[in-house]
This record gives sequence, C-alpha cells and structure tokens, in this order.
Amino acid sequence: MELHELTAHELGELLKNKKVSAVELTKTVLDRIEKVDSKVGSYITVCEDEALKRAKDVQEKIDKGETKSPLAGIPMALKDNMCTEGIKTTCASKMLNNFVPPYNATVAKKLYDQDTILLGKLNMDEFAMGGSNENSYFKQTKNPWDLERVPGGSSGGSAAAVASNEAIFTLGSDTGGSIRQPASFCGVVGIKPTYGAVSRFGLVAFASSLDQIGPLTKDVTDCALVLNAITGHDPMDSTSINIEYPDYTKALVNDVKGMKIGIPKEYIGEGINPEVKKSILDAIEVLRKLGAECEEFSLPITEYAIPAYYLIACAEASSNLARYDGVKYGYRAEKYTDLLDLYKQTRSEGFGDEVKRRIMLGTYALSSGYYDAYYKKALQVRTLISKGFNEAFSKYDLIVGPTAPTTAFKIGEKANDPLEMYLGDIYTVSVNIAGLPGLVVPCGLDSSNLPVGLQLIGKHFDESTLLRVGYTFEQNTEFHKNKAKI
Amino acid sequence: MKITKETIQHVANLARLNLTEQEKEKLTYEMENIISYVDKLNELDTSGIEPTAHVLPVKNVFREDKTKKSFDREKILANAPSQEDGCFKVPKIVE
Repeated sequence: MELHELTAHELGELLKNKKVSAVELTKTVLDRIEKVDSKVGSYITVCEDEALKRAKDVQEKIDKGETKSPLAGIPMALKDNMCTEGIKTTCASKMLNNFVPPYNATVAKKLYDQDTILLGKLNMDEFAMGGSNENSYFKQTKNPWDLERVPGGSSGGSAAAVASNEAIFTLGSDTGGSIRQPASFCGVVGIKPTYGAVSRFGLVAFASSLDQIGPLTKDVTDCALVLNAITGHDPMDSTSINIEYPDYTKALVNDVKGMKIGIPKEYIGEGINPEVKKSILDAIEVLRKLGAECEEFSLPITEYAIPAYYLIACAEASSNLARYDGVKYGYRAEKYTDLLDLYKQTRSEGFGDEVKRRIMLGTYALSSGYYDAYYKKALQVRTLISKGFNEAFSKYDLIVGPTAPTTAFKIGEKANDPLEMYLGDIYTVSVNIAGLPGLVVPCGLDSSNLPVGLQLIGKHFDESTLLRVGYTFEQNTEFHKNKAKI
Repeated sequence: MKITKETIQHVANLARLNLTEQEKEKLTYEMENIISYVDKLNELDTSGIEPTAHVLPVKNVFREDKTKKSFDREKILANAPSQEDGCFKVPKIVE
C-alpha cells in the first residue's frame, strides 16, 4: 500500500513512530496530485512550496516533541470558499478570481494549529451553488470512480480529492447537502455538523442560516479526529454555539445494541433509484442484525422541504451576494457609465448563470408584495419541518436513510434543467433547514460500480451517536474498503 | 404565479444585474417553472405558525466594546480593483 492511500489515523501512527516524515508524506501526496489531477481536476490551487516548507517546520516540531496533535504532519486541502491568508480563495467564481484573503478562516487557523499541512484549495460549484461541480468558473471536477460522471457538489473537489488520494482529508461546506451528496457519489465519509458547532468565520457566505463546514475523510475514525480539531465556540461567529464539545473519538464504539433507529417512509418511497434503495435497505438490515431496533415512520413534511429550502437559501444568497459590487475586492467590469452601471456590469460579468438565477429567485421572494407569500411562508414551513424532526427524535436516537435518490450522474445529464437538479436534494435539505447533524458512510456499489452513501441524521449536537453507528457499520462491513481505481 | 418579462426586468434591477434579451427570456421560463413548483407550499396551512429564521435559540450576542488591532490599510486595499491615495476609487457620484 502506498502512503497516500492510508488514513490520517494510520499515518499519524507512522509519523509519531518516525516511520515516515511529514516531508516525505507531503511529497508523496503532491506527486499523487501531479499524477492524477489532470484527470480528476480536484484542485483550483496547489501550494506546493508552502506545503513543503510547512512540512519541514512540522517535522521539526515532531522531532522535538513539541506537538501533541494526532493530525500533526497530515496533508489536507480546503474547499475554495474558506479564506486562507495569502492564498487565493476564488469560490470557483470569476468574481473572486484574484482574491487573496488578508486573514484565515477559523477552520483554517484551527487546522494550522493542529500542525496539519495545507496542500491547496479545491474546486466547487460557484459560490457553493450546485450539486455537480458543473457550475465552477474554472473547470469540471470528475468523479474518480468514472471520469464521465460528476463528483457531486458543491464540495465535489473536496470529495474527489479524498476518493483519489489527492489529500488525506479535506473540508467541505454544506448548505443543502453539499458535503453529504458528493461524499455519497465519491464513496467517502462526510459529515455536516450541527449548525453552530463549527465556526463560519472566513467561510464565504451563501445562505448564512444553513451553511456549515465539515470534514470529508476516508473513514469514520478520521472523521472524529477532524471534528475534534474544528468544532468549538468562536467569538468571531455570532451564531457559533458556546457549549462543551465532546471528544468525538470516544464515540468510536463498535456497538449499536438497543439503539432506536427511525427510517422515514418518504425517503425510501417514490423517486428513489431501486439499486440505491436496495443498498440502503441492506445497510439497515446490517444494523438490525447488530442489535439496533429499526422501524419505519412517516415524515410527511418531506415533500415540502425542497421548495422551502430553495426559497430560504436563495433569499439569503441574494442578500449575502449583494456585497460583490466591484469596489472593495473582486472583479470589476472594464466598461461602465456611472456607479450604478459599474455595479450592474460587474455583477453581470462576474457571476455565472446559476448564481444569477438564485440571486433573481431570492430577490423576487424578498421583493415588495411577495415577501409574505414566499419568504415568510418558507420560514413557517421551516418551523413545521423542525417540529417533524423533534417528534421523530422523541422516539428514535437517530434517523437513517439514503443521501441522494441516485448514484453519480453523467456530466451534462441534468445541466439544462435547474429544477430537476434541485429535486436531487430531497433527502439532504431538511437536515440543514432544521440545523441537524448528518453523517454519510459508504454502504455499497450499484451495478455500474458507483458508490452509494448511507445517511445518518441525529439530534442537535449529537454527532457522537452518528459516529458510533457509522463506526459500528464500518467495522462490520467491507464497503469502506472499496476504492476508486484511478 | 405568472412570471412576465417585465417582472424579470424589475427584479434584475433590484438585484443590480444587467440581463441580455436572451437571458431575460430564459429566466422568465425558468423562474416560472421554479415558482410554480414552490407554490406547492400553499397546500400547507401555516396560519398561526411562527416563522423560524434561526433554528437554535441564540440572540443578542454581545462583546465588550474594546478597541482591538485592526488590519493595515495596505493589506485591505491590496484586493481593491482600483485605489488612489489610500482609498477605494469609484466613479464620481455627486455632481
């Protein structure tokens, strides 16, 4: 086995016992990027020199016994919507093509503090809007399992990089499924933490009441390690929750006996691909055999989640993206007549089609005469969705179901129908609307050899239960050992 | 809700976007589709239901009003598309 194929916890042991150096490991992963990224296209920016320099510094700390971090010396990469001081952060948009942040996002700082090594910045759908990476201004990231297919999105680069061993772990962001759906499509582990558990400071905002950062990793143990590194209260984010965060590695217990699991009927009914459904039901059977009590229940509000989600997300986006005016940073149009035209030309040339579509939809939903009918209505439905989950969690410890109705689709297959693309988010958006944590673990392959991901949904701040069930599933199955052949 | 080209023009102006004729036509069609889909929410009776803007009960997050070190002017101006004399430069806005 090559170094770049190992998990962070395996490499952590090797680094600690001086079997490998951080420099050697970083070089190996940089070579891997050099070798496969022309095919996969996970990265927008690779910072080779900075990574090697940092690896040298970290190795010195390891040698002197100055670091206790289990992630010390591990090469990782960040989605290109997380600010990195001195390193271009584009959001995969022409608008931010030349933007070099003057500060680090809290997650970047926390990972640096843990002595990890930043390899570069990952491709995504522009401003995190999309589920296929087809909306990147720069390029199309491919699915490492089948290069004719999408990696999912919007954190497609983050998932593809882990699946093709171009990073040991990555961070993505999830507003309506943007960590979980690409994790499912690329056969890796991904978690969207509870809203407020991870600071959003320095994350380029899309929909502030829904956005949350989380890790994409090769297994559940790595997921717990990275969560330990990035969760916590941050005074720089007023929505960050100030509570005591647990040690997530304590949740890595191989036991689900007596655990009560609910399966929403609506998640395995109409609209799901039969092969995906079979993988999910087989996975539930595995958990049942291991002693979990699994039963179906009804979550009828599910069918209203997508319309509510798109109204809320687009309304918040139209407001958040108003800051791109061509004045303080980012793109500015070359030709304009006056200040108003400067704004308009800059925004028209700087944003791609999907971003414009969502700004238009959000502006419409917030505009005079339509606010009550659309935006307020969606926020009322949000209350009903939260209520539906609260009732379910009075009976169950967690909810289990599919992540997406299909496996990875072909590039271009859905590109001309925005609404059809939106409908693919049916099983993920409710989790963001209610602010819940959602973990995805690989649970099978379809007949085209494409991965299927099982989604585990938990109570607020109960990531530990999800990790425990995900870990147990992983320890008792072989699905996480399936790897993309690239 | 019927979306007309005039609605699209009005909303584009609010959103500070210049749209080409082709974009306007495409958006009229697409928004019409999306809006008639989200109209599905009207099937739900939400009278008396409080809207939720934020899922967790966080409000009035205060900090002490103390001065802290800020960014250097140069660092902030480094990303400006146009600058002069330590300021962001924009077209003339008052006659």
